[in-house]
Amino acid sequence: MTGFDELRLDGVRRRFGDRDALAGLSLTIRRGEFLALLGPSGCGKSTALNCLAGLLPLSEGSIWQDGARLDTLPPERRGFGMVFQNYALFPHLSVRRNIAFGLQMRRLPRDEVRRRTEEAIRLVRLEEHAAKLPGQLSGGQQQRVAIARAVVLEPSLVLMDEPLSNLDAKLRLEMRTEIRRLHQTLGLTTVYVTHDQEEALSLADRLVVLRDGRVEQIGTPQDLHERPANRHVADFMGYRNLLPMKVKAVHGAVVAVEGVGLTLEGTAVGPLAPGDDVVVGIRPEDLHVGEQGTPVTVEVVEYQGRELAVEARTSGGAAVHLRAAARPTPGDQVTVTAAPARVLIFPAAAP
Amino acid sequence: MTRVALRHRLAERGVDRHLWLLLPGLACVLALFVYPFAYGIGLSFQPAEGGVFGAYRAFFADAYQRDTITTTLGLSLPAAILNVAASVPIAYRMRGRFRGKRLLTTVLVVPITLGTVLTAEGLLNYLGPAGWFNRALLSIGLIDEPVRLTNNYWGVFFSLVITGFPFAFLLILSYLSGIDPTLERAAATLGAGGWQRFRRITLPLLAPGLATTFCLTFVLAFSVFPSAVLVGDPAGSTRVISIAAYHAAYEVYDYSLGSAIAVVMGVVELAVVAVVLGLRSLLYTGSTGGKG
Repeated sequence: MTGFDELRLDGVRRRFGDRDALAGLSLTIRRGEFLALLGPSGCGKSTALNCLAGLLPLSEGSIWQDGARLDTLPPERRGFGMVFQNYALFPHLSVRRNIAFGLQMRRLPRDEVRRRTEEAIRLVRLEEHAAKLPGQLSGGQQQRVAIARAVVLEPSLVLMDEPLSNLDAKLRLEMRTEIRRLHQTLGLTTVYVTHDQEEALSLADRLVVLRDGRVEQIGTPQDLHERPANRHVADFMGYRNLLPMKVKAVHGAVVAVEGVGLTLEGTAVGPLAPGDDVVVGIRPEDLHVGEQGTPVTVEVVEYQGRELAVEARTSGGAAVHLRAAARPTPGDQVTVTAAPARVLIFPAAAP
Repeated sequence: MTRVALRHRLAERGVDRHLWLLLPGLACVLALFVYPFAYGIGLSFQPAEGGVFGAYRAFFADAYQRDTITTTLGLSLPAAILNVAASVPIAYRMRGRFRGKRLLTTVLVVPITLGTVLTAEGLLNYLGPAGWFNRALLSIGLIDEPVRLTNNYWGVFFSLVITGFPFAFLLILSYLSGIDPTLERAAATLGAGGWQRFRRITLPLLAPGLATTFCLTFVLAFSVFPSAVLVGDPAGSTRVISIAAYHAAYEVYDYSLGSAIAVVMGVVELAVVAVVLGLRSLLYTGSTGGKG
């Protein structure tokens, strides 16, 4: 495999008109890692991927593969594999010829093309469908062809642009495992773009959270899940309750806050002083119904299998989301508490 | 009960009272198209002398008449091929979005709206012996006497290109925009250079559209009449088949021969179209992934 030790993005910027789709992304991708670019739509993650693939020219900055400059090369000379969101299979070529396309472009000997194509078909378990046209395949099968077509070239980097977003929920889970399995068995280096935090957390070794073309946080799934750097990352990581409150007192790392009819203790993210405006982030599963705590009024109850999702309203009029084991009735008063370690307090003024 | 069931079954196949709405349209088609067409065919089998096939025999027996087929094919086939071939690279360059695309498209499409007569007049003035083109070539000393580009084969050929090209271009542009642009990008990431992407991905997906476009421009060119008279040599090198039909019907007043020539004309067109569409059916004609 024509690998690299590291791929470095240096201040990569891409402008569309007078808007920055990507405002100076600096990032180092290490060989063998699975990196996810995560963010809401319009955050610049697909732009970053297209810049890497060479399908979009950079407005500023550079991309380096070890010591060699890459951003001046056209896509066909970068040697990266790409899986597109709509798969982009060639509709007039059979599965086999779709997969062989890249090998033929490399002018490899016919025997080798045939051998590697058949190997790739076996890898994604499409032996029975090899002679069919893409239009005759299901979404999941098309997806597997797209992946086989990209990895058959043993590319130094595989780029995936929301490859699972067109599949139904069950298939998405299956393909997720499949992608991770291929990444491991083939020893690929993968950059994966998604807006689905669950997908990113479960697949990636390292995540890059983007917002408005800027990096919000880079870290391992655990880092991001437990210690989001700011309220935007927290919002993306499942902190569904983001409540505007005020700091009452600071005792070391533990901060007491109140507002919107709630009084809580939590962990400060960043320096805080009494009287500061803050945003308090709590996951629904960390907000418990208990003996003591703040009373809230239950409004909506949704059954979710093992537990119930409850939306309640505080006396200050804010909606809070929590989980309950027993089924409360809408209109009931319950008291809620949360462990201080599970309550994150972000400065409200921060970006 | 069976009556209800029958009505229901018919309705499921689209047979219901709404079909009566087709009647006015059907009447128009019958009265204005089918009947005159059948009448013309009938006429061609009723010559004044020579039996049922007399008119056809007269046409094919006379080399002067018979050769109009090759003359017309000699004009319309190259013109249609050139129109399609020239449209492909231009449309390919223009398939994306860019500033001024609408203006450029408008400029290219204007000749359609001008009509053949105005085009012919322009050609006579521009390419004629005293036209700008010849004067320019004379003044820079490239030629010693004017090149004859009108009132012969080339005059008609240019006229066919000018009126046929925009038509072919518009059709091909719309076929091209029906091809998903990410296919070429995918090919690029797989190592295909510009020419390979066109040759291996876009061209095969475009080919059925090219066949259709060729058929339409060919049929348009085959029935050329005004420019063959105005910028051509209607008695000699550009005596096309429509002139022969006109001559027979309205100068000799042999309606039967005129109709027979018109039928021959239709059969030749159908033959060419059938060959092209037959070849087209060998190609991939399914979805091309784009907005269609």
